[in-house]
Amino acid sequence: MTPPAVEARSLSRSFGARAALTGVSFSVARGEIFALLGPNGGGKTTLFRILATLLPPGAGSFSIDGLDAGKEPRAVRKRLGVVFQAPSLDKKLTVTENLALQGALYGLSGAPRDARIGELLETFHLQDRALDLVETLSGGLARRVEIAKALLHAPPVLLLDEPSTGLDPGARRDLVGLLGSLALGGTAVLLTTHLFEEAEAAHRIGILDRGRLLALDTPAALKATLGGDVVAVEAKDENGAPALAASIASRFGAEAGRITVVGPTVRVELPAAHTFVPRLVEAFPGAFKSVTLGAPSLEDVFIARTGRRFREADAAESAP
Amino acid sequence: MSASLALARREIVRFLRQKSRVVGAVAPPLVMWILVGAGFKGSFREDSFGYFFPGTVVLVVLFAAIFATISVIEDRREGFLQGVLVSPVAPSSIALGKVLGGTVLGLIQGLPLLVLVPVAGLKADAAGLLTAAALLVVLAFALTALGFAIAWCLESTQGFHAIMNLFLIPMWLLSGAFFPVDGAPGWLRATMAVNPLTYAVAALRRALGGAAPAFASPALSFAVTIAFAAVTFGAAVAVVARFPAGPAGRSGPPLPEKP
Repeated sequence: MTPPAVEARSLSRSFGARAALTGVSFSVARGEIFALLGPNGGGKTTLFRILATLLPPGAGSFSIDGLDAGKEPRAVRKRLGVVFQAPSLDKKLTVTENLALQGALYGLSGAPRDARIGELLETFHLQDRALDLVETLSGGLARRVEIAKALLHAPPVLLLDEPSTGLDPGARRDLVGLLGSLALGGTAVLLTTHLFEEAEAAHRIGILDRGRLLALDTPAALKATLGGDVVAVEAKDENGAPALAASIASRFGAEAGRITVVGPTVRVELPAAHTFVPRLVEAFPGAFKSVTLGAPSLEDVFIARTGRRFREADAAESAP
Repeated sequence: MSASLALARREIVRFLRQKSRVVGAVAPPLVMWILVGAGFKGSFREDSFGYFFPGTVVLVVLFAAIFATISVIEDRREGFLQGVLVSPVAPSSIALGKVLGGTVLGLIQGLPLLVLVPVAGLKADAAGLLTAAALLVVLAFALTALGFAIAWCLESTQGFHAIMNLFLIPMWLLSGAFFPVDGAPGWLRATMAVNPLTYAVAALRRALGGAAPAFASPALSFAVTIAFAAVTFGAAVAVVARFPAGPAGRSGPPLPEKP
């Protein structure tokens, strides 16, 4: 039996008194795209840096292709391709010089290296910019070079930290397509993201909040854990959401399913909302600013698991 | 090894693409040489140009080493270094790449100054010039390794400037480059005698036909300079192995600036 491409076992890490990561375990198979979804400050970057071998875990361990990173760091590094959120290219070197240097770092040289560089320049449509200094490239182009660089030694595992940072929507679609074809070719792709759309494209998602892995499943399965539809009601009175939630609960009882209050919004989960919404609106005339009905999104999953809206979590966690 | 050579090559390519750095390393010591030499001539010593010349060459090499290794801090801030740190390259190869690159840059800037030997009023034969060149190779390596070991542990280039003013420049001042060891008061003499740079300056001075303090014999001067290079390179490798993530490794993310 082949070992998983990535296997994390109870990874923990704290900085001083602050626990950045607590007991995170998961595994990623070859050919799988795995997204770590969470607000900024939720522990994604710490986990990414541990997996990239930049930071030793405080406790726990992980393996790449069955090789323990603590015991065989060099063998593990050879198998990892790493795309950082911040640029890692030398701006004073050309695209080709950057790729050639990367080759030297991974023990590639001569004709095989040049052939591989040519191949990647073609895949990423960079041939006509190959001899340009990286500092003259646009953000999107430089990002393509970053990914090409990480793939130079054809790693079986690709790690990407917030890969769509600074990309326009078109380039984002290209990226999703690229990751899909890499996975089809057997590469294990692990990415961190705080964008729900990006996570949707993954085969499986791990939701990471406050250093803990709260949920781990396919996007469809995660959404199926919520009952049917989600009705979101925004109260007209900004501070009136809790009172409104109580009124809805007493008026509709068990029919209303699970009710949560997030800021000025009352969220109601229930199996079939199309008959519920007209009665809800009639029951509380003039009390709502807006009412929306939808299938559960990943954001609904996040709210159900944490009781917080994603962007609030973002703001709370990134505050110093 | 090929990784080190590739990293060293990068240093040289970057240097040649930033013209201002060439001027920045060579011009200030030369200007200082001319000003100090002219100012001291007549009032203090007739041979001032010749006297200050070896120290000037050492200062050019020191500045070159500082500029070459200060880039460690920029590499870290701009993100380049993180890509090197996740690669399978050993810490010793990372240090060697940077130090070799800095050594070559120091020599590109320091060696051509030897054509000024006659202008300075010094008399050196071919053997002396070759000895001087060999010494500069070892010294450039040692100073670059020293700068690297310091820069690796610092978060900002401002911090490096502080260390430079507080430590590296005094080290040069107390090397016999600026005033003779023999005339200094006792406590200063003792400091100068334990300063490894004193021996490099003495060896260079002697190779270029000048007089050097007796305690820094030719053999001892070379031995100390080589030992200086070995110790500083050992320190450079040790800091990379011990603190791979640099100064922020102790406090955790975030590291490089986000775009």
